[in-house]
Amino acid sequence: MTTPGQTIGPFYGYALPYRRDHELVPPARPGAIRLHGTVFDGAGVPVPDALLEIRQAGPDGVVPTVDGSIRRDGTRFTGWGRAGVDPGGHYSFTTLVPGGPVPFFAVVVFARGLLDRLFTRAYVPGPGLGDDPFLASLDPDERATLVAVAEPSGDLRFDIRLQGPGQTTFLTFEGTP
Amino acid sequence: MTADPSQRDISAEIEALHAGPAPARQPILSFTPYRSSTLRHPTRAPRRVDPEGAELFAPVFGHCDVDPLEADLTIRHGGVPIGERIVVQGRVVDGDGRPVRRQLVEVWQANAGGRYLHQRDQHPSPVDPNFTGVGRCLTDDDGGYRFVTIRPGPYPWRNHHNAWRPAHIHFSLFGTQFTQRLITQMYFPGDPLSGLDPIYQSVTDPRDRERLVAAYDHDLSEHEWLLGYRWDIVLSGPHRTPLDAS
Ligand SMILES: [Fe+3]
Repeated sequence: MTTPGQTIGPFYGYALPYRRDHELVPPARPGAIRLHGTVFDGAGVPVPDALLEIRQAGPDGVVPTVDGSIRRDGTRFTGWGRAGVDPGGHYSFTTLVPGGPVPFFAVVVFARGLLDRLFTRAYVPGPGLGDDPFLASLDPDERATLVAVAEPSGDLRFDIRLQGPGQTTFLTFEGTP
Repeated sequence: MTADPSQRDISAEIEALHAGPAPARQPILSFTPYRSSTLRHPTRAPRRVDPEGAELFAPVFGHCDVDPLEADLTIRHGGVPIGERIVVQGRVVDGDGRPVRRQLVEVWQANAGGRYLHQRDQHPSPVDPNFTGVGRCLTDDDGGYRFVTIRPGPYPWRNHHNAWRPAHIHFSLFGTQFTQRLITQMYFPGDPLSGLDPIYQSVTDPRDRERLVAAYDHDLSEHEWLLGYRWDIVLSGPHRTPLDAS
């Protein structure tokens, strides 16, 4: 029997965030981009007390399994990061664009008011997406919520809507009871 | 303008939802007695998918990330915190019962007076200068973790009139896959507030709900020093893909 989840609550903010938690690479590193966006509630209002984490492959398509995500030394790419939102509901990671045939960032969302975590994916926009069987199985509007938007700067924007029009497509994994 | 609901109103809502047809083994995201959930729960069911790529790998943490002293929340701030000293220990295992080894466990909690060291906590109970209520450790080779801390106090919140959270410790856990990520809360046995709490009661299957409650374990208590609680955590999964399922 699996231990149930519970909400992250309102008071994680002095406990879970830490220095450079959202910097998978230093901002000055060549190739560094921002993956950023806003978390919205069902009324379209930004959620000021949400926390996101991402897991990803490097540009070579390989998911790193090295330690050092908490005491970041600026050289190791660990492929994991954490970002609390600001008072405007906005989060931002500094990272590298993952590689591979159909690359995505695995994303988990926590918030006050959200009784258990939500999983989703932020796909990197590109021509390969049309070939992915999972994406192809979705309605176009559901699929659109999973694809990050490329900005002229090279950054990627990925907004999250917990409820309502344009609700983000959340995921449950095979093997979950 | 309507008055805030009373505990009686909230308890009646909880009772009605518990009488529903299928007891929920995980929290019901749309559990209306927890008012903050109203605009923050998805209304479309999640899509079932085979995990792939980065989802098959948990983040890795090592001894460079965590100082062993971070597991004792009572020694970090120069003086001795006020309250009942306790140890909370247990194991983190996956759905197959295998230990989750050398993985990060994070905790945070209120002090003995029910006050968090968070600027948005306005509960008029004193801050303890010797207690921040934040800890970290890595599990050992048997999946074991251990925190020495102070028993947290219950605290009021604004969900309804005269609403109080039962004493709890927030836990953040990782498995061996990203898909096993879990944040939850540990409660104490015999707490009269648990029955009234919409967050705890959002898990409507009583057996699963009770998995959130630690057990007092006298064998963990130490002579003239502290009281012991045991709490084991079972993560979901592993979520194998059909290719790995041999
Ligand atoms: Fe709390």
